[in-house]
Amino acid sequence: MAVITVDCRGETCPVPLVETRKALRKAAPGDIIEVIGTHPSSKKEIPLAVQALNLTILEIREEGDVWTIRIQR
Amino acid sequence: MADKQEGRPQKATIILHSGDMDKVYSALIIGNGALAMGMDVAIYFTFWGLQRLKKGALEKGPLSKMHFLGLGKWMVKQRMKKANVASLERLMRDFKEMGGRVLACDMTMEIMGIRREDLHTEWIDDYCAVGTYIAEARDSDITLFI
Repeated sequence: MAVITVDCRGETCPVPLVETRKALRKAAPGDIIEVIGTHPSSKKEIPLAVQALNLTILEIREEGDVWTIRIQR
Repeated sequence: MADKQEGRPQKATIILHSGDMDKVYSALIIGNGALAMGMDVAIYFTFWGLQRLKKGALEKGPLSKMHFLGLGKWMVKQRMKKANVASLERLMRDFKEMGGRVLACDMTMEIMGIRREDLHTEWIDDYCAVGTYIAEARDSDITLFI
């Protein structure tokens, strides 16, 4: 089991969503994907994608403008 | 992997009729968003849209409004650069990497005298006509004409 970090700080639509999906495709079941970003809508939309993919959000954290979403593959 | 509940994934089929830069952005952003959210996606490039599959032409479309002989496009490009918007080349690369399908209209190729070797064949999954679009669209959950 690995933790894979996807740094999308400064990126805008649709890059954070796309990079999250690409990382999830490459990850093995059980891996954790940690997405870090600043694009406000992506913070809401990545969990929608995770739900549509039947995967699990472990945590959503926010520090200032930076959010971190942890996903269980 | 992308299954929504049981059975086949949901599907989006987009016709890209326009070759305008802003509309090519719309098609690829929506396509990439749908792929990212677990859907199967096909973009059917036809007429002016097909021109954008020619080698080196993806970024070459005019703005649909306020093009102003290229000045408007240049200004919008500057703003996009500032906002760190991905290039169309990158969006296409991501689209293909996530399994998106590119369909090329063969009637447009005939009308406009476009040969396969003029096109980015490495992006194109199939050369087809309206029957393929209908077959794709009839079991799609989303279909758009851009």
